[in-house]
Amino acid sequence: MKLSFEGVFFTYSTGVRALDGIDLSIGSGEFVAIVGENGAGKTTLVKLLNGLLRPDGGKVVVGNWDTAEYSTAQLAGRVGFLFQNPDEQLFERAVQREVAFGPRNLGFSERKIASKSMSALKTVGLADHAEDNPYDLAPFERKLLALAATLAMDTPVLVLDEPSIGQDAAGRRRIGRILRELHTMGSTILLISHDLDFCAEYAERAVVMANGHILADGLVEKIFAQNDLLQRAAVFPPQLVRLAQALKMPTAPLKVDQFVNAYSQWHRRKKRA
Amino acid sequence: MIRIKDFCYWYPGQDQPALDGIDLEIPEGQFCGVVGPNGAGKSTLCYALSGFAPHFFHGTWEGELQVGKRDVPRSTLGELAGEIGLVFQNSFNQISGARFTVREEIAFGLENLGLKRKEIERRVEETLALIDLEALAERSPFALSGGQQQRVAIASILAMQPKLLVLDEPTSQLDPRGTQEVFKILDKLAGRGGTTVVLVEHKLEWLAAFADRVITFSQGRIVLDGSAKKILADEKLLKLGVGQTQFTQAAAAVQKKKFIPRSRPLPVTLKQAQKFFE
Repeated sequence: MKLSFEGVFFTYSTGVRALDGIDLSIGSGEFVAIVGENGAGKTTLVKLLNGLLRPDGGKVVVGNWDTAEYSTAQLAGRVGFLFQNPDEQLFERAVQREVAFGPRNLGFSERKIASKSMSALKTVGLADHAEDNPYDLAPFERKLLALAATLAMDTPVLVLDEPSIGQDAAGRRRIGRILRELHTMGSTILLISHDLDFCAEYAERAVVMANGHILADGLVEKIFAQNDLLQRAAVFPPQLVRLAQALKMPTAPLKVDQFVNAYSQWHRRKKRA
Repeated sequence: MIRIKDFCYWYPGQDQPALDGIDLEIPEGQFCGVVGPNGAGKSTLCYALSGFAPHFFHGTWEGELQVGKRDVPRSTLGELAGEIGLVFQNSFNQISGARFTVREEIAFGLENLGLKRKEIERRVEETLALIDLEALAERSPFALSGGQQQRVAIASILAMQPKLLVLDEPTSQLDPRGTQEVFKILDKLAGRGGTTVVLVEHKLEWLAAFADRVITFSQGRIVLDGSAKKILADEKLLKLGVGQTQFTQAAAAVQKKKFIPRSRPLPVTLKQAQKFFE
């Protein structure tokens, strides 16, 4: 499902202007990373997609819906959200009920609710905790539970705000694999993250934000190779890109196998020369 | 500074100890990183060092845990407050709720220590500048973004100038520049100031660049302990689910292809990686 922001402005009641004229369109099935410093407007931007915030000016469109004409409850059927702090979205007394809450609100049949919520719990690795109280889970498990609750709603668009925070390497890989799988199935994915190594591994397109503006927008391999641009947004290129730059290699590899291939070629060429 | 001998801790109602026979000595002024898979006992170590386990979480314990001359599990939280500072994993839980502005929030802990008004004001201004919070000083701590709240939580502990600083993923919501700033401040405190720093962190690249030593936890025990360079290059971290920096992973992969001799030690920082590949 495609998304668009057309000339969007947003100012908080405190007077802080969070979005200052955003034009952005995202095609159906794209996997887009949104990066930039704390307070750049990333979270504000995505909250417009399901009506948690409404723009002061401009238009936000989800599929063929102008969000101005739809309620948050309606938009929730199209745009699933994983918040930065899972405690903001967990309130049920049992893990299973937590995951069933979203699909039930969307009016799914009991059978569909049961199957969607169980398969979401399996996907994130929490099937054994179905009867537990969410508050007895460790913080990293609460994050996975919030992700399961989002997945169970089966929305065509998924927005994830810092999903890899507090996860060890195995947890990051699990979340990465889930996102890759959803992407293959055609979901439109927006990933907000300061973890550029994670973005480099999984996303295709990157949008860089600063001070309520879009600084740059393009393919991940192009955007993440631009040191000056990223530093203006308080982020640094991924580790492998910085290493390739330090070695004066001609490419900007984003994954370990890409680096190894690029290094092998470069090494051979240098030997011959 | 820290002396822990055969320390075990059980949360209430749990049969499995969260800390299972910890032996650990950390000298004054050391910058010590703690890594491990999720659920390994890293946060519990933070709670034990600061006395929150057992004094806040209850549960049972055995063994010895001393910080300076203080017997931590036998001291009250009040006695520990001025000496040991803990920055919680979820900064939202740490904000007192008793104060209306960021400036007052940072002063709150200092008031509880019973410091003089002048000294409190001096330290608050100093800390606001150090953590780059001056622009937010009059805002409500609850009206801030996650990253901003995290900076307030760090600031309110730093202002108390504890001799031991324990931090549980304090930069998880900060952008990379903010993360770098926090690491530089910790490095300064440990290096020149003689503050002992114990830091739980998943961002291995930063630990590699700043920590003197890295301890690895698994299932409530310490399984690896040594210099940051040695531990972060250890391939056992992959099996443990801790991972490695991409510098280390790329170097190991290239070594397997025999472009670079096996005898060359694996890098953990950008500088080391540059040397490794050149």
